[in-house]
Amino acid sequence: MAEHYKPVKYKAWEMNLEERFQEVFPPLTEREAVLEANRCLYCYDAPCMVACPTHIDIPTFIRKISTGNVTGSARTIMEANLMGASCARVCPVQELCEGACVLEHDEKPIMIGRLQRYAMDYADEKKIKFFNKGKSLGKKVAVVGAGPAGLTCAGELAKMGFEVTCYERKMWPGGLSTYGIVVFREPVEVARAEAKKIEDLGVTMKTGVTIGEDIQFDQLLKDNDAVFVSIGLGSVPNMDIPGEDLEGVVDGLEFIEETKVKPLCDIKYGNRICVIGAGNTAIDCATIARRLGSERVTMIYRRSEAEMPAYHFEYQFALGEGVSFSFLTQPVEVLSNNGKVDGLKCVRMDLGEPDESGRRVAVPVPNSEFVVPCDMVIKAIGQLKHTPFIAKLGEYGIKTVKGYIAVDSKTNRTAHEKIFAGGDCIRSKGEASTVMATQDGKIAARAIYEQLTGNKIPEGTLKRSTDMTIEPAMEKGYALHEHKPRVHATAPTK
Amino acid sequence: MADLSINFNGIKSPNPFWLASAPPSNSGYQVQKAFEAGWGGAVWKTVGAPVMNVCNRYGTIDYKGRKIIGLNNVELISDRPLDVNLKEMRETKKNFPNHAVIASVMVESKKEAWQEIIKRIEDTGVDGFELNFGCPHGMSERGMGSAMGQVPEYTCMVTEWVMEVATKPVIVKLTPNVTDIVHPARAAVKANASAISLINTINSIMGVDLDTFEIRPNVGGKGGHGGYAGPAVKPIALHLLSSVASDEEVRKAGIPISGMGGVETWQDAVEFMLLGSTSVQVCTAVMHFGFRVVEDMIDGMSNWMDERGFKNCTDFIGASLPRISSFGDFDLGFQSVARIDHNKCIQCNLCFIACNDTAHQCIDLKDMKLTDEVKERLWPVVREEDCVGCALCASVCPVDDCITMTEIDTGRPHITWNQLIKEKPEVLQWDKMVEYREKNHIHIH
Repeated sequence: MAEHYKPVKYKAWEMNLEERFQEVFPPLTEREAVLEANRCLYCYDAPCMVACPTHIDIPTFIRKISTGNVTGSARTIMEANLMGASCARVCPVQELCEGACVLEHDEKPIMIGRLQRYAMDYADEKKIKFFNKGKSLGKKVAVVGAGPAGLTCAGELAKMGFEVTCYERKMWPGGLSTYGIVVFREPVEVARAEAKKIEDLGVTMKTGVTIGEDIQFDQLLKDNDAVFVSIGLGSVPNMDIPGEDLEGVVDGLEFIEETKVKPLCDIKYGNRICVIGAGNTAIDCATIARRLGSERVTMIYRRSEAEMPAYHFEYQFALGEGVSFSFLTQPVEVLSNNGKVDGLKCVRMDLGEPDESGRRVAVPVPNSEFVVPCDMVIKAIGQLKHTPFIAKLGEYGIKTVKGYIAVDSKTNRTAHEKIFAGGDCIRSKGEASTVMATQDGKIAARAIYEQLTGNKIPEGTLKRSTDMTIEPAMEKGYALHEHKPRVHATAPTK
Repeated sequence: MADLSINFNGIKSPNPFWLASAPPSNSGYQVQKAFEAGWGGAVWKTVGAPVMNVCNRYGTIDYKGRKIIGLNNVELISDRPLDVNLKEMRETKKNFPNHAVIASVMVESKKEAWQEIIKRIEDTGVDGFELNFGCPHGMSERGMGSAMGQVPEYTCMVTEWVMEVATKPVIVKLTPNVTDIVHPARAAVKANASAISLINTINSIMGVDLDTFEIRPNVGGKGGHGGYAGPAVKPIALHLLSSVASDEEVRKAGIPISGMGGVETWQDAVEFMLLGSTSVQVCTAVMHFGFRVVEDMIDGMSNWMDERGFKNCTDFIGASLPRISSFGDFDLGFQSVARIDHNKCIQCNLCFIACNDTAHQCIDLKDMKLTDEVKERLWPVVREEDCVGCALCASVCPVDDCITMTEIDTGRPHITWNQLIKEKPEVLQWDKMVEYREKNHIHIH
């Protein structure tokens, strides 16, 4: 049957479970990609490229799609960002490259994320290998935690010729890309294929290994010339309210992880769910719950819409998925009946004066308690730090900022000469994101190379926009074209 | 990775991409910046007779939202003194000894003038010369540029003057503003030129302002013909290139050709090279986007070569030339018909209206019952027995691979027009032609 006679299934209730968990955005067709690529103006010193934390040469990769050089396009992306396939899917593009697009106002921004995915998918389908392990430098580096930061650092180092071993606590590498990004944003296969590419560069991947239990950190430090710590963050903290330990109260990250590793039909979910928190993870939990089939999902957040930490497009997405929001609401107790969650007792809040962070403080309204009936409560109120591990690092003189590992931002080196760190575990300020973690890995790889070899970074190995600025030829002494001020033949009359 | 380097009759270049002689190659600053960006060579903006420029110098054609599918200019040759240009050529060659630096030259039609400037330029160490017999505006009115290129005898004469003194390769650049470009090409061959380049820009007027009635580009209220270039001229350039490259006299001389005219991407460049260009020259794409476009040209061509197992450019230069033929030698028995894939068809019906109004009325709109829809729209269906195989429907179809022109065997004789009129000269009479067709079951709808 002709494609346009096939009914388009866009209403969740018309789709089956598997269909509801396909990627929200379908891949661009070749035609769509070429048309969109041709809409790109190919700006010089393009703001999209500056806005990208990894400084992908976006105009160039898009132009290569328009000229049919999709292989070259993927290469351009990968040169700047080994996590290109993940970033294409999970980057908050509205806040970064697409938000900076010069066409934002007069037309609409170029779909940079989806074009990047098109190029990355193409390279994956064709199984193109862009980089090889570099000539051995005879130096060893250990990477602790194989999330986007760790994988990037490992990959860049392997390209330069280091012997790299990644230690990962979980069964599969990829960190949050594998376990923490909702499957309809990034399928687990994409994250795992991306990690496989790092392995293909000659990186040794040791999974199911916990540092401190299976191997001691001292040993790593002794056996390697440098260690990159990218341990991310841990589980969701306690809310410290009664009833928190009841069956039916779950950790949001664990809830997401189930959808990544289990058959969808085996996942338990409630019919009426309260999600506590209003960050991006909370939104993910709520939209997953809806797509699993939950009838009513309410997000409970103690401040108002204006303060919610989730990206605005995620908020809109959740609204579209039929998620309700209960703002200015603070949970005070999880209620139960026969040991099972039965409701969430909450109190209404009001906004008071701004606190140090500038956000207005929520204060409880007296005698305003009420109960939201529910059979499941999902906590998504942030992530704990791996405090014991970080405390262990303290023995090496490593400092912390707000509980995060403190590093020098130019090198991502800690106070210990051999220990570098990156990813969410150093994100004491700014957004924790895949793309920021990726850049952390690049910065550390560069610094490790320079520190261990004494050389400056080989040109083109780690492209950043600042490296690519063309020096005015005049300063190089070969410009002989003198620019004289233009003088009008006749003086302007007054 | 494939080796993109070329040897253009002694001019060595790391890749086949050269800046054409034009505003982008106006100065040492620009040419050296271009080399840093990856260009393999540059033909310096023409030096020669003293000039004065005007403004506005450029006019463009935009097409349905896309900027600059064609660009014309009335800029003249270099308006910077010769000494300055020579100094910068020397400096550029010194800084980039492995890149091709070629001086484009144009002076009045005097033997002494040509020979003197050639000697002076050669002293800078450039790799070769390009004789500008093509500039169609400003200089031609002064008896230079295309005024020389349009008269094969002049082309031959001036080239001979240059060949007498030049020790470096000499490229003769041809103008497309002639009836048959093969004649000036042969004139260059006759004068022992080392190479040919084409095309220079095409005479053009870009447009008229509907409010002011001014000509575009507008030079103080007036306008005139300028040289047309950019993506829109590529098909013309490819034709002229192929006719020169497949000309017997040019082939016998064995000299390379540098092709240009609308090259914007690596794909364009490959097409020029398949039709016999050893190097390709680029101007408009660079004027639109900057020198950086060369990165994709190199990368794209290299990937394309790798995919096909080509190691060097010589593996494919001229590979399509044997396919250049002429109408009299085409196979009259070759029959293709349009086939519509109704799984892909979106029922825009552009194929129907194009065929019905302007071609051969062999597409019908039919009730096909291909779906479960109660009110299913009509589908375009080709009456294959009436399809003449013109390919208009496939050309207007907006869906990729929806209408394909498929070769079918009709059993009609595989004969060319030239063979036919030799064997059966009587078909030049209409009644005999009809008889011949009927005998061979050729039904013209």
